[in-house]
Amino acid sequence: MNSLGTFGQLLVGGLLTGLVFALVAVGLTLVYGVMDVVNFAHGEFLMLAMYAALGLALLGLGPLVGLPLVAIAMFLFGIVVYRVFVRRLLAGPPEATVFGTFGLLVLMQGVAQATLTSDFQSVPNAPFRGTLHLGAIAVSQATVIEGIGALVLTAALFALVEYTETGRAMRAVAEDRVAATLMGIDVQRVNGLAFGIGAACVGAAGALLMLSYPAYPTAGAPFALTAFVVVALGGFGSIQGALVGALLVGMLEVFGGFYLSPEMKMVPVYVAYLAVVLLRPQGLLGRR
Amino acid sequence: MPARRLSAFLAAALAVAALGGAAPTRAADQPDIVIGSILPLTGSLAQTGAGLRVAQQLAVDLVNGHVSYPLPMVGKSGLPHLGHARIKLVFADSQGKPDQARAAAEQLITQDHAVALIGTYASSTTATASQVAERYGVPFLNPDSSAPSLTARGLKWFFRSTPNDATFADNFYQFLADLKKTKKIDVKRIAIVGEDGLFGTGASDAEEQGGKKLGYDIVARVAYPATTTEVNAEVQKVKAATPDVIMIASYLPDSLLYMRGFKEQSVQPKAILAQDAGFIDPGFIRTLGADAEGVFTREVFSLEIKHRNQAVPLIDQLFRLRFGGKPLDGNTARDFMGVLFISDAIDRAGSTKPDAIRTALQKTNIPGKLTLMPWNRVHFDANGQNDGGVGIIEQVQNGKYETVWPFDVAVKPVIWPMPAWKH
Repeated sequence: MNSLGTFGQLLVGGLLTGLVFALVAVGLTLVYGVMDVVNFAHGEFLMLAMYAALGLALLGLGPLVGLPLVAIAMFLFGIVVYRVFVRRLLAGPPEATVFGTFGLLVLMQGVAQATLTSDFQSVPNAPFRGTLHLGAIAVSQATVIEGIGALVLTAALFALVEYTETGRAMRAVAEDRVAATLMGIDVQRVNGLAFGIGAACVGAAGALLMLSYPAYPTAGAPFALTAFVVVALGGFGSIQGALVGALLVGMLEVFGGFYLSPEMKMVPVYVAYLAVVLLRPQGLLGRR
Repeated sequence: MPARRLSAFLAAALAVAALGGAAPTRAADQPDIVIGSILPLTGSLAQTGAGLRVAQQLAVDLVNGHVSYPLPMVGKSGLPHLGHARIKLVFADSQGKPDQARAAAEQLITQDHAVALIGTYASSTTATASQVAERYGVPFLNPDSSAPSLTARGLKWFFRSTPNDATFADNFYQFLADLKKTKKIDVKRIAIVGEDGLFGTGASDAEEQGGKKLGYDIVARVAYPATTTEVNAEVQKVKAATPDVIMIASYLPDSLLYMRGFKEQSVQPKAILAQDAGFIDPGFIRTLGADAEGVFTREVFSLEIKHRNQAVPLIDQLFRLRFGGKPLDGNTARDFMGVLFISDAIDRAGSTKPDAIRTALQKTNIPGKLTLMPWNRVHFDANGQNDGGVGIIEQVQNGKYETVWPFDVAVKPVIWPMPAWKH
């Protein structure tokens, strides 16, 4: 393949990689970006969703079919976690959410390993294992599906936050909690809803990721790390910023991997992140 | 009774006999000899750690038992030269992390008073744990870490029974040389891919050095972070280099990314030579199905070599009984033997004093046929490396790993080149 062909392949690969990151980050954007709640167990929510999708697949409901069920289950899980745990953390000092959700991370990984073993478990006979050829560019069908899922989820979440009453309430709570309460907004209910919706997005992400990845107790960690960078880079409080941030991270990682070296591929990502933190701390499209 | 049920019955009977029953006279106040074992019992390597723990404990029970097999120290009811004192393993979790392994070693030495340490599977955790042992002057037996650098540190207390990646890289080149001799297969261009940790780097370095020495063309050298979620750039680099053979050292999630990436981007080498790890994980063939066909992997062990030592199927049966029916593999077989090697050294030392054990380890000379492994012997060189170890090469054929090299232990012929990707 000539260098132009390789460039084209890298470009498409980078965009698709970015969309996969967006898929994982979109759930975090709402909770971290809009609600300013740090959920260090975000990766473990993803891992839980992956296992749930695997379980349904073993019962005959493939990842795409099982997706709505996983999303609903994760929504309920998110609400429960908020009501039982995160709500209390928010009432404490700022560090409480950091340490509390990190503890949740450790707990969830431990429970997963104890009950589900650390075997790498893939969906048997997963669909979309084939390759799509767009001219000289080859892409995996599964990655394209994941990318479409990312765009749909981002658009849906954007619509929710921008155009619905609930979304307005969430933005109000994020902007000024006391004022929101005075306006008659039930802060706890809105927070719980946001956490639940964020978890539902992670649920959808986990189901889609089972098209390409195995599930194991620490499967969520690499995705979660990137998701935090994406949200911070793209902008706190901005759904579209998360998409932009994710595409940027994906492109930097893939092009960095080829034109620098694969071992250095995360360097451009973190350099960009540092630059944004220093020069525009609210993120590229951030509001605060 | 059909043969399979008979052997299962025999195995169960032997298990009961070996592990139960009365022991011969032993001084009632002989304290147990504590050996500390550091393993990844949690974390991303926990799946492997669980099996290693079972294998090590099985070896301990056989050493303390009284049923003999053609294996060192088995069935002597403890250590004869120490009044039949029993050995006891105390386990500590490395979590697969180097700093945790260090802490585990400290704890085992200072609090559990281990007279020797064994472990730790991942080369990066072995590196730190053995440094602690070196500081305290405690013998460290490493049965399962393959990074060559571990025995290049000038340590006095570190002994490694398994061959390292330099030996395995040599095995790859011996394999290619044998293929040239017998099948006139000519390989020139080699691409080397490896995760950028201690395991992958050690393997890749050994492959590169070995290849350059023999005049091969190393057309690409790709190192990547093991936890990566995509390999677009890596696959493009390998593709651009048009290799005849790809040598690769990866864990499971990354091995899947590469195999899918090679298929997707139509990277079609004549052979993929893998360094164990992800490529022999049960999930590898299960997930890839037909796409795994033809992949070669070095292995350290095969159940097929039972003609060398009749204990192989027996230990396999005992292990399966304890580990949910899963068979003995290269990792568990090496860890099993590791317990026997350190027990043998302590016994020959006739003492639990560190210096005596160390001297005994230095004098180790066990014929390969007295082990479960396809090795020539167990003898530690000046760097603590067993110089008698050898690997084998298996190929995925019809969904199974078949031993294809060395040719005198091969079970199936080599399929070359690997089958084309089926789209």
